[in-house]
Amino acid sequence: MINSLSSPERWSLTLALRAVHIDALLLLGLLVLLGAGLMVLFSAGDQNISLVVRQLIRVGTAFLVLIFLANIHPDRMRDLAYWIYGVGLLLLISVLMVGDEGKGAQRWLNLGIVRFQPSELMKIAVPLSVAAYIAERPLPPSFLRIVVCLVMVFIPSLLISKQPDLGTSLLIASSGLIVIFLSGVSWRFIIGLLISVASALPVLWHLMHNYQKQRVLTFLNPESDPLGAGYHIIQSKIAIGSGGLFGRGWLEGTQSNLAFLPERSTDFIFSVIAEEFGLLGVSMFLFLYLAIAGRGLYIASRAQSSFARLLAGSISLTFLVGVLVNVGMVTGLLPVVGVPLPLVSYGGTSMVTLLASFGILMSIHTHRRMMES
Amino acid sequence: MKTRLTLKDHFRESRLVNDRLIFSAILAGILFAIILVRLATLQIIEYKHFNDLSHNNRVSTQPLAPQRGLIYDRNGVVLAENIPTFSLELTPENVHSVDNTLTTLTKLFSLSSDNVAEIKKTIKEQRGFRQVVIRKSLTEKEVALFSVNQHKLTGVDVVARLIRHYPHGALFAHTVGYVGRLNERDQKNVDRNEYKGTLQIGKTGVEKEYEKLLHGKVGFRHIETNVQGRTVRELHREPSHSGQELFLHLDINLQKVASEVLADYNGAIVALEVKTGGVLAMVSKPDFNPNSFVSGISSKEYDLLRDSADRPLFNRSIRGHYPPASTLKPFVALAGLERGVIKSNSKTLCPGWYKLPGHDHRYRCWKTHGHGIVDLKQSLAQSCDVYFYDLANSMGINQLHGFLDHFGFGHLTGIDVPSESSGLSPSREWKIKAKNQVWYPGETLISGIGQGFNQTTPVQLAQATAMLAMRGVHVKPKVARAIRDYNTNELTLLSSETAESLPVINKKNWESVIDSMVEVTTGARGTARLLGKTLPFNVAGKTGTAQVFGIKQNQKYDAETLEKKLQDHALFVGFAPAENPEFVVVVVAENGGSGSKVAAPMAKRMIEEYFGLVAND
Repeated sequence: MINSLSSPERWSLTLALRAVHIDALLLLGLLVLLGAGLMVLFSAGDQNISLVVRQLIRVGTAFLVLIFLANIHPDRMRDLAYWIYGVGLLLLISVLMVGDEGKGAQRWLNLGIVRFQPSELMKIAVPLSVAAYIAERPLPPSFLRIVVCLVMVFIPSLLISKQPDLGTSLLIASSGLIVIFLSGVSWRFIIGLLISVASALPVLWHLMHNYQKQRVLTFLNPESDPLGAGYHIIQSKIAIGSGGLFGRGWLEGTQSNLAFLPERSTDFIFSVIAEEFGLLGVSMFLFLYLAIAGRGLYIASRAQSSFARLLAGSISLTFLVGVLVNVGMVTGLLPVVGVPLPLVSYGGTSMVTLLASFGILMSIHTHRRMMES
Repeated sequence: MKTRLTLKDHFRESRLVNDRLIFSAILAGILFAIILVRLATLQIIEYKHFNDLSHNNRVSTQPLAPQRGLIYDRNGVVLAENIPTFSLELTPENVHSVDNTLTTLTKLFSLSSDNVAEIKKTIKEQRGFRQVVIRKSLTEKEVALFSVNQHKLTGVDVVARLIRHYPHGALFAHTVGYVGRLNERDQKNVDRNEYKGTLQIGKTGVEKEYEKLLHGKVGFRHIETNVQGRTVRELHREPSHSGQELFLHLDINLQKVASEVLADYNGAIVALEVKTGGVLAMVSKPDFNPNSFVSGISSKEYDLLRDSADRPLFNRSIRGHYPPASTLKPFVALAGLERGVIKSNSKTLCPGWYKLPGHDHRYRCWKTHGHGIVDLKQSLAQSCDVYFYDLANSMGINQLHGFLDHFGFGHLTGIDVPSESSGLSPSREWKIKAKNQVWYPGETLISGIGQGFNQTTPVQLAQATAMLAMRGVHVKPKVARAIRDYNTNELTLLSSETAESLPVINKKNWESVIDSMVEVTTGARGTARLLGKTLPFNVAGKTGTAQVFGIKQNQKYDAETLEKKLQDHALFVGFAPAENPEFVVVVVAENGGSGSKVAAPMAKRMIEEYFGLVAND
């Protein structure tokens, strides 16, 4: 169906992109968000242009990965799913034994040229392999399959939380659980699972590191420790609140530019947006996230196999979970668990992983057999 | 068959998954709505609260210390000023290598290893952009030395600050006083806001008394700081207001003479302008250099001053307790006349001693063989003790004490120099209260010649003498004369509160006492006859020689054999001209031996200086 309102040139550009398996709408959304994100990063990173350049290089690299993955047929991915999962798991185990430490946690594997976080690979491997496994048989899956899926999800999650990286562990667990949920598991089973998780919480508390417990306690009452653990949340709320409706303007945020806001170019970059662009600015950012995820969900709904449908759904929804957890965290609704704001926070590997997953989305959408046309 | 089944499954599966996708989308929408409500709460409803917090985060207020008012003497000579002092300061973050820089500085300024260790410790404790003081009060030579080597010393600067300075050193140490480091105890007594940024506060003397006027009004500036507290920019400045300038009654020339004539004697000289009570000179010896206290005195230097047997920090002019001795006699005589106990022509025989009826104890006159028959005039001129034993005995301690009260004996004069002592004018009530003993008649005799329990301060004697000179008008000694506003240059005289005049029963009584005091300085046998000789006007005076050491009944006072510490104090009180008084002077020279030989010539020099009669020698 040709949209009569669109100009022929633009339509032809869309078609040209389609030829190289790039979805124009998703690309547009990503580019707008990434551009706005770089602008915010310039302000949050003490107006250090080299920080922006480094991030731009990462974005470029990540786009190469996106294009590469977009051109691989989803079926090939499904064929390789277990291999990727297996390699990822091995790397995770090795990182716990020989990994480099960064910021007090063992997350990195030094490959000589680049340092690499195997947990990032698992962000794709887990939904990929769970979707592949669960789609092997007709949906909804049998109880046994669900149990196998849960094991597939929790082994890497536990390994990553041991590093310790609670944020990534959480995102990976949700990406797998989302696949299981989408596969049509009965509500009765879901409710039963939720009840058993709730009753397992005290056990989980016992297993948590002291700093993780501290984060939860601080979340419950940030003012109890204004100079220590609560400092992040208090300063973040000040930055957000003082932004008001219209914000202080780009580069004018005092909380960020005078360094009161900690981790402002990484986990707390949303607070910089809120301070400098106000409620209107953050609403636009949230709209962009919803638009991108919405396109992803649309792609999922139009996918031609259950595997692709589950995978696309999981990628889109996990993307939203990342946004919700990060924003919930900086606004004081959720504990500070260390989840970056997708596509905006400064950081290498997560950018590549995210755009790689969008590459998968595009692949799913552009490799359909054109039955309708 | 298999294909058909899969196709059918596929359709069912896609509906199943799509339902879940729609459910998830709705759930995500709800969660985003919650986030949006949260953001709206923070950014719109609680905006003011967080905006204030953000403002407080970045804006801090820095005090701007006011400049302390200067202090001048009556001629406009500066007694206390603010001078720039240079200190060598290091900013760690601007220094390439702290160790190398410190080594260079050690060579140039010969810093001690203790000093360097202290500096290194401070550098570690402070933030990198805060200055660390390497050396205080640099000499000009050291500043020059720094300038020459500045290229080797990036991150080190010479910083100028204003500190209090007393250009005349010890001369006004006790009167003007000094400022010192504002400590925690001081902070309790002042408005903390006003003293933010002020490092020094008046500790003694006029500097302490007029602290409020001299200090000025603090200013402030709002500065934007980042999270480490580093100043980013200044947002607003409210300048400070300098303190009031203070003009004193003190005359530097008289003060110099007083200090000169007292020479090496411990003691005090107080000179007043009679009509105003203005303190023209006030010297207490020994003295000290007040500049040592300004930027923190070393404990070694302080211990030396504090533990010195001569007590140089003790302001004898307002705190020193001395027996008034014979300088009390004019007041005792006036008491006798006014109370009608004697008449101006009453005579007494002085055989050299006095006995109370029914007692054997001999109260001796200073003149062993007696003055013979003396009247009031001669008894004062020659300072006959027996005349005053008899007078005191006839009058009784109650009347004597009551009369001396009017002249302020035993009371604070209220001079505007802090920590004055009240002295002691004994009475029956006092003795019961203080010693739980009854009053003995003999003690009345001793009180009559200003010995025994009597204790006065030099400023008290000056006040009493001034009131005698003014024929009963109340006089209150005052050091400060006027204030000048630093900004408007407006001069305001400090009015002295007028107190009730003394009761005067018969003016003639006062004149006859004053006449007798003139006889002291002019009479052939006057104890200070050398004083009045060359002066073109009459001086009313009285010498005093105060016993420090009790001499037994049959012993003889021999200055030669007695230790210096036990020798008598030499006193003189006087005013001039006797008929129309302008000037009062009181001299107390500790262990001076004799009022007439030691104290009276000192007073003469003061009178000559005041009236411009300095002989050219």
